[in-house]
Amino acid sequence: MKLETLQQLNAERAARRPAIVVTDTATGEQRLVKAADIAADPLAAELSKQLRMGKSASVEVNGKKLFLNVYAPTAKLVIVGAVHISQALAPLARTLGYDVTVVDPRTAFASPERFPDVPLIAEWPDVALPPLNVDAYTAFVAVTHDPKIDDPALLHAFERGCFYIGALGSKKTHAKRIERLKQQGASDADLAKIHAPIGLAIGAVSPAEIAVSIMAEITATLRLPAAAKAQAA
Amino acid sequence: MLDREEDILKAAEDWKSAGHGVALATVVETWGSAPRPAGSSLVINDDGTFLGSVSGGCVEGAVVTEALDVIESGAPKLLEFGVADETAWKVGLSCGGTIRVFVEKVG
Repeated sequence: MKLETLQQLNAERAARRPAIVVTDTATGEQRLVKAADIAADPLAAELSKQLRMGKSASVEVNGKKLFLNVYAPTAKLVIVGAVHISQALAPLARTLGYDVTVVDPRTAFASPERFPDVPLIAEWPDVALPPLNVDAYTAFVAVTHDPKIDDPALLHAFERGCFYIGALGSKKTHAKRIERLKQQGASDADLAKIHAPIGLAIGAVSPAEIAVSIMAEITATLRLPAAAKAQAA
Repeated sequence: MLDREEDILKAAEDWKSAGHGVALATVVETWGSAPRPAGSSLVINDDGTFLGSVSGGCVEGAVVTEALDVIESGAPKLLEFGVADETAWKVGLSCGGTIRVFVEKVG
Protein backbone atom coordinates (compact mmCIF):
# COMPACT_ATOMS: atom_id res chain seq x y z
CA MET A 1 0.00 0.00 0.00
CA LYS A 2 1.34 3.40 -0.93
CA LEU A 3 1.97 5.61 2.09
CA GLU A 4 -0.28 8.24 0.52
CA THR A 5 -3.16 5.73 0.26
CA LEU A 6 -2.61 4.67 3.87
CA GLN A 7 -2.63 8.28 5.03
CA GLN A 8 -5.83 9.02 3.13
CA LEU A 9 -7.44 5.87 4.53
CA ASN A 10 -6.48 6.78 8.08
CA ALA A 11 -7.86 10.30 7.57
CA GLU A 12 -11.20 8.89 6.37
CA ARG A 13 -11.35 6.52 9.32
CA ALA A 14 -10.48 9.25 11.81
CA ALA A 15 -13.36 11.30 10.38
CA ARG A 16 -15.69 8.26 10.75
CA ARG A 17 -16.28 8.14 6.98
CA PRO A 18 -16.40 4.67 5.42
CA ALA A 19 -13.85 3.72 2.76
CA ILE A 20 -12.95 0.63 0.76
CA VAL A 21 -9.51 -0.44 -0.46
CA VAL A 22 -9.68 -2.41 -3.72
CA THR A 23 -6.67 -4.67 -4.29
CA ASP A 24 -5.86 -6.89 -7.26
CA THR A 25 -4.21 -9.68 -5.27
CA ALA A 26 -2.42 -11.03 -8.36
CA THR A 27 -0.66 -7.79 -9.28
CA GLY A 28 -0.82 -5.74 -6.09
CA GLU A 29 -2.57 -2.93 -7.99
CA GLN A 30 -4.59 -0.95 -5.46
CA ARG A 31 -6.92 2.01 -5.05
CA LEU A 32 -8.90 3.68 -2.31
CA VAL A 33 -12.60 4.36 -2.84
CA LYS A 34 -14.14 6.88 -0.45
CA ALA A 35 -17.80 6.45 0.48
CA ALA A 36 -18.79 9.56 -1.46
CA ASP A 37 -17.24 8.15 -4.65
CA ILE A 38 -18.85 4.71 -4.57
CA ALA A 39 -21.93 5.61 -6.63
CA ALA A 40 -19.80 6.72 -9.59
CA ASP A 41 -17.38 3.78 -9.35
CA PRO A 42 -17.37 0.97 -11.96
CA LEU A 43 -17.68 -1.46 -9.03
CA ALA A 44 -20.56 0.51 -7.45
CA ALA A 45 -22.83 -2.55 -6.99
CA GLU A 46 -20.16 -4.72 -5.35
CA LEU A 47 -18.80 -1.89 -3.22
CA SER A 48 -22.15 -0.74 -1.90
CA LYS A 49 -23.16 -4.31 -1.09
CA GLN A 50 -19.99 -5.00 0.91
CA LEU A 51 -20.23 -1.66 2.67
CA ARG A 52 -23.83 -2.32 3.67
CA MET A 53 -22.81 -5.69 5.09
CA GLY A 54 -19.77 -4.13 6.71
CA LYS A 55 -17.81 -7.09 5.37
CA SER A 56 -14.57 -7.40 3.44
CA ALA A 57 -14.55 -9.97 0.63
CA SER A 58 -12.81 -11.19 -2.51
CA VAL A 59 -14.84 -10.81 -5.72
CA GLU A 60 -14.15 -11.76 -9.29
CA VAL A 61 -14.69 -9.04 -11.90
CA ASN A 62 -13.81 -9.54 -15.58
CA GLY A 63 -11.53 -12.44 -14.71
CA LYS A 64 -9.67 -10.38 -12.10
CA LYS A 65 -9.67 -11.37 -8.48
CA LEU A 66 -10.18 -8.25 -6.39
CA PHE A 67 -10.14 -7.96 -2.63
CA LEU A 68 -12.54 -5.35 -1.27
CA ASN A 69 -11.38 -4.34 2.20
CA VAL A 70 -14.18 -2.45 3.91
CA TYR A 71 -13.43 0.09 6.60
CA ALA A 72 -16.73 1.05 8.20
CA PRO A 73 -16.81 3.15 11.36
CA THR A 74 -17.88 1.38 14.54
CA ALA A 75 -21.57 2.01 14.95
CA LYS A 76 -22.59 3.93 18.04
CA LEU A 77 -25.75 3.64 20.04
CA VAL A 78 -26.90 6.60 22.08
CA ILE A 79 -29.60 5.75 24.58
CA VAL A 80 -31.41 8.72 26.06
CA GLY A 81 -33.08 7.45 29.19
CA ALA A 82 -31.43 5.30 31.86
CA VAL A 83 -34.58 3.24 32.28
CA HIS A 84 -35.21 -0.46 32.82
CA ILE A 85 -35.23 -1.20 29.06
CA SER A 86 -31.86 0.54 28.74
CA GLN A 87 -30.35 -1.76 31.35
CA ALA A 88 -31.06 -4.65 28.98
CA LEU A 89 -30.41 -2.69 25.79
CA ALA A 90 -26.91 -1.43 26.65
CA PRO A 91 -25.21 -4.82 27.16
CA LEU A 92 -27.07 -6.34 24.20
CA ALA A 93 -25.91 -3.54 21.89
CA ARG A 94 -22.34 -3.96 23.10
CA THR A 95 -22.48 -7.66 22.26
CA LEU A 96 -23.51 -6.62 18.74
CA GLY A 97 -20.43 -4.41 18.49
CA TYR A 98 -21.87 -0.96 19.19
CA ASP A 99 -20.16 1.71 21.26
CA VAL A 100 -22.90 2.52 23.75
CA THR A 101 -23.53 5.68 25.76
CA VAL A 102 -26.45 6.28 28.10
CA VAL A 103 -27.68 9.81 28.75
CA ASP A 104 -30.14 10.81 31.46
CA PRO A 105 -30.13 13.97 33.60
CA ARG A 106 -31.95 12.15 36.38
CA THR A 107 -29.10 10.93 38.58
CA ALA A 108 -31.33 8.42 40.36
CA PHE A 109 -31.69 6.67 36.99
CA ALA A 110 -28.22 7.26 35.59
CA SER A 111 -26.32 5.50 38.35
CA PRO A 112 -23.31 3.22 37.92
CA GLU A 113 -25.05 0.63 40.11
CA ARG A 114 -27.77 0.30 37.50
CA PHE A 115 -25.34 0.52 34.56
CA PRO A 116 -22.06 -1.16 35.46
CA ASP A 117 -19.38 -0.72 32.75
CA VAL A 118 -21.54 1.51 30.52
CA PRO A 119 -20.48 5.11 29.83
CA LEU A 120 -23.12 7.24 31.56
CA ILE A 121 -23.72 10.96 31.24
CA ALA A 122 -26.02 12.41 33.89
CA GLU A 123 -26.70 15.67 32.03
CA TRP A 124 -29.50 17.22 29.99
CA PRO A 125 -29.33 16.47 26.25
CA ASP A 126 -28.14 19.97 25.32
CA VAL A 127 -25.01 19.42 27.44
CA ALA A 128 -24.56 15.66 27.04
CA LEU A 129 -25.10 15.18 23.31
CA PRO A 130 -22.84 17.64 21.42
CA PRO A 131 -19.54 16.08 22.67
CA LEU A 132 -20.72 12.58 21.62
CA ASN A 133 -20.29 13.39 17.91
CA VAL A 134 -23.54 11.74 16.98
CA ASP A 135 -23.37 10.97 13.22
CA ALA A 136 -24.72 8.88 10.34
CA TYR A 137 -23.18 5.76 11.94
CA THR A 138 -25.13 6.34 15.12
CA ALA A 139 -28.37 4.68 16.19
CA PHE A 140 -30.31 6.92 18.53
CA VAL A 141 -33.07 5.90 20.89
CA ALA A 142 -35.11 8.10 23.20
CA VAL A 143 -36.80 6.09 25.91
CA THR A 144 -37.34 8.36 28.93
CA HIS A 145 -41.08 8.90 28.29
CA ASP A 146 -40.42 12.50 29.36
CA PRO A 147 -40.85 15.09 26.57
CA LYS A 148 -38.52 17.52 28.38
CA ILE A 149 -35.70 15.03 27.81
CA ASP A 150 -36.77 13.06 24.71
CA ASP A 151 -37.80 16.01 22.51
CA PRO A 152 -34.53 17.97 22.48
CA ALA A 153 -32.65 14.70 22.11
CA LEU A 154 -34.67 13.77 19.01
CA LEU A 155 -34.11 17.21 17.48
CA HIS A 156 -30.37 16.66 17.92
CA ALA A 157 -30.63 13.23 16.24
CA PHE A 158 -32.43 14.79 13.22
CA GLU A 159 -29.74 17.41 12.88
CA ARG A 160 -26.96 14.79 12.89
CA GLY A 161 -28.58 12.41 10.38
CA CYS A 162 -28.56 9.26 12.54
CA PHE A 163 -29.14 6.09 10.53
CA TYR A 164 -31.74 4.96 13.04
CA ILE A 165 -33.95 7.01 15.35
CA GLY A 166 -36.39 5.32 17.69
CA ALA A 167 -38.68 6.64 20.39
CA LEU A 168 -40.61 4.80 23.05
CA GLY A 169 -44.35 5.31 23.34
CA SER A 170 -47.68 4.21 21.97
CA LYS A 171 -49.16 5.50 18.71
CA LYS A 172 -51.13 8.03 20.72
CA THR A 173 -48.05 9.25 22.60
CA HIS A 174 -46.20 9.44 19.31
CA ALA A 175 -48.94 11.53 17.64
CA LYS A 176 -48.60 14.08 20.45
CA ARG A 177 -44.82 14.00 20.11
CA ILE A 178 -45.09 14.71 16.37
CA GLU A 179 -47.21 17.79 17.12
CA ARG A 180 -44.72 19.08 19.70
CA LEU A 181 -41.68 18.51 17.49
CA LYS A 182 -43.41 20.18 14.53
CA GLN A 183 -43.92 23.28 16.62
CA GLN A 184 -40.22 23.23 17.38
CA GLY A 185 -39.41 23.29 13.69
CA ALA A 186 -38.91 19.60 12.79
CA SER A 187 -39.68 18.82 9.13
CA ASP A 188 -42.08 16.10 8.00
CA ALA A 189 -39.13 14.20 6.51
CA ASP A 190 -37.36 14.22 9.88
CA LEU A 191 -40.46 13.15 11.76
CA ALA A 192 -41.02 10.27 9.33
CA LYS A 193 -37.61 8.90 10.33
CA ILE A 194 -38.69 8.15 13.90
CA HIS A 195 -39.41 4.49 14.51
CA ALA A 196 -42.36 4.61 16.89
CA PRO A 197 -43.61 2.56 18.55
CA ILE A 198 -39.99 1.52 18.86
CA GLY A 199 -38.75 -1.96 17.88
CA LEU A 200 -39.92 -4.73 15.58
CA ALA A 201 -43.36 -6.11 16.38
CA ILE A 202 -42.37 -9.42 18.01
CA GLY A 203 -44.80 -9.24 20.89
CA ALA A 204 -42.06 -8.17 23.30
CA VAL A 205 -43.22 -7.82 26.91
CA SER A 206 -40.23 -7.76 29.27
CA PRO A 207 -37.53 -5.06 29.13
CA ALA A 208 -35.06 -7.61 27.73
CA GLU A 209 -37.50 -8.64 24.99
CA ILE A 210 -38.12 -5.01 24.09
CA ALA A 211 -34.34 -4.56 23.92
CA VAL A 212 -34.17 -7.49 21.46
CA SER A 213 -36.92 -5.95 19.31
CA ILE A 214 -35.09 -2.59 19.27
CA MET A 215 -31.74 -4.14 18.31
CA ALA A 216 -33.46 -6.24 15.62
CA GLU A 217 -34.97 -3.09 14.13
CA ILE A 218 -31.64 -1.26 14.29
CA THR A 219 -29.89 -4.22 12.62
CA ALA A 220 -32.49 -4.33 9.84
CA THR A 221 -32.08 -0.60 9.25
CA LEU A 222 -28.31 -0.95 9.09
CA ARG A 223 -28.10 -4.06 6.92
CA LEU A 224 -31.14 -4.48 4.69
CA PRO A 225 -31.10 -2.91 1.23
CA ALA A 226 -33.64 -0.09 0.82
CA ALA A 227 -36.11 -2.18 -1.22
CA ALA A 228 -36.26 -4.98 1.37
CA LYS A 229 -36.65 -2.41 4.12
CA ALA A 230 -39.72 -0.97 2.40
CA GLN A 231 -41.17 -4.47 2.18
CA ALA A 232 -40.49 -5.25 5.84
CA ALA A 233 -42.16 -2.04 7.00
CA MET B 1 -17.72 -4.07 13.27
CA LEU B 2 -14.62 -3.70 11.28
CA ASP B 3 -12.64 -0.78 12.47
CA ARG B 4 -11.20 -2.55 15.49
CA GLU B 5 -8.09 -2.71 13.28
CA GLU B 6 -7.69 0.99 14.05
CA ASP B 7 -4.36 0.82 15.85
CA ILE B 8 -2.91 -1.46 13.16
CA LEU B 9 -3.26 1.00 10.27
CA LYS B 10 -2.23 3.86 12.53
CA ALA B 11 0.86 1.89 13.56
CA ALA B 12 1.62 1.18 9.89
CA GLU B 13 1.57 4.91 9.15
CA ASP B 14 3.54 5.83 12.29
CA TRP B 15 6.24 3.20 11.75
CA LYS B 16 6.61 4.17 8.11
CA SER B 17 6.87 7.87 8.99
CA ALA B 18 9.52 6.99 11.59
CA GLY B 19 11.63 5.50 8.80
CA HIS B 20 10.90 1.81 9.27
CA GLY B 21 10.33 -0.71 6.50
CA VAL B 22 6.72 -1.77 6.98
CA ALA B 23 4.48 -4.50 5.56
CA LEU B 24 0.77 -5.18 5.92
CA ALA B 25 -0.63 -8.71 5.89
CA THR B 26 -4.38 -9.02 5.34
CA VAL B 27 -6.69 -12.05 5.26
CA VAL B 28 -8.32 -11.84 1.82
CA GLU B 29 -10.11 -15.20 1.63
CA THR B 30 -11.20 -17.90 4.04
CA TRP B 31 -12.68 -21.38 3.67
CA GLY B 32 -14.03 -23.61 6.39
CA SER B 33 -13.60 -22.65 10.01
CA ALA B 34 -11.02 -19.92 9.61
CA PRO B 35 -10.12 -18.25 12.90
CA ARG B 36 -10.32 -14.64 11.67
CA PRO B 37 -12.51 -13.12 8.95
CA ALA B 38 -11.42 -11.50 5.69
CA GLY B 39 -10.06 -8.03 6.38
CA SER B 40 -8.21 -9.06 9.55
CA SER B 41 -4.72 -7.70 9.38
CA LEU B 42 -1.26 -7.63 10.83
CA VAL B 43 1.39 -4.95 10.51
CA ILE B 44 5.08 -5.79 10.68
CA ASN B 45 8.16 -3.58 10.69
CA ASP B 46 11.74 -4.38 9.78
CA ASP B 47 12.59 -5.08 13.45
CA GLY B 48 10.19 -8.00 13.29
CA THR B 49 7.82 -6.14 15.63
CA PHE B 50 4.19 -6.84 14.74
CA LEU B 51 0.67 -5.87 15.80
CA GLY B 52 -2.65 -7.52 15.05
CA SER B 53 -3.39 -11.03 13.82
CA VAL B 54 -4.49 -12.99 10.77
CA SER B 55 -5.26 -16.24 12.61
CA GLY B 56 -5.57 -17.43 16.15
CA GLY B 57 -1.79 -17.36 16.36
CA CYS B 58 -1.17 -20.48 14.23
CA VAL B 59 0.49 -18.86 11.23
CA GLU B 60 1.66 -15.46 12.45
CA GLY B 61 5.26 -16.63 12.69
CA ALA B 62 5.34 -17.68 9.04
CA VAL B 63 3.55 -14.49 7.95
CA VAL B 64 6.10 -12.33 9.75
CA THR B 65 8.96 -14.17 8.04
CA GLU B 66 7.36 -13.71 4.62
CA ALA B 67 6.59 -10.06 5.42
CA LEU B 68 10.25 -9.33 6.12
CA ASP B 69 10.93 -10.72 2.67
CA VAL B 70 8.30 -8.46 1.15
CA ILE B 71 9.77 -5.40 2.91
CA GLU B 72 13.12 -6.30 1.37
CA SER B 73 11.89 -7.03 -2.18
CA GLY B 74 8.91 -4.67 -2.38
CA ALA B 75 6.93 -7.30 -4.32
CA PRO B 76 3.59 -8.36 -2.82
CA LYS B 77 2.85 -12.02 -2.03
CA LEU B 78 -0.30 -14.07 -1.73
CA LEU B 79 0.14 -16.80 0.89
CA GLU B 80 -2.13 -19.73 1.53
CA PHE B 81 -2.36 -21.66 4.78
CA GLY B 82 -4.41 -24.77 5.37
CA VAL B 83 -4.20 -28.27 6.75
CA ALA B 84 -4.30 -29.88 3.32
CA ASP B 85 -1.40 -27.82 2.05
CA GLU B 86 1.67 -29.70 3.19
CA THR B 87 4.04 -28.69 0.42
CA ALA B 88 3.96 -24.93 0.15
CA TRP B 89 3.75 -24.04 3.84
CA LYS B 90 4.82 -26.03 6.84
CA VAL B 91 2.45 -24.28 9.19
CA GLY B 92 -1.24 -25.09 9.01
CA LEU B 93 -4.37 -24.07 10.81
CA SER B 94 -5.28 -26.46 13.58
CA CYS B 95 -8.97 -25.66 13.13
CA GLY B 96 -9.07 -27.23 9.67
CA GLY B 97 -9.78 -24.06 7.72
CA THR B 98 -7.83 -22.46 4.91
CA ILE B 99 -6.90 -18.80 4.61
CA ARG B 100 -5.25 -16.65 1.98
CA VAL B 101 -3.15 -13.78 3.23
CA PHE B 102 -2.03 -10.88 1.03
CA VAL B 103 1.27 -9.37 2.13
CA GLU B 104 2.26 -5.95 0.77
CA LYS B 105 4.89 -3.37 1.50
CA VAL B 106 3.83 0.07 2.76
CA GLY B 107 5.30 2.99 0.85
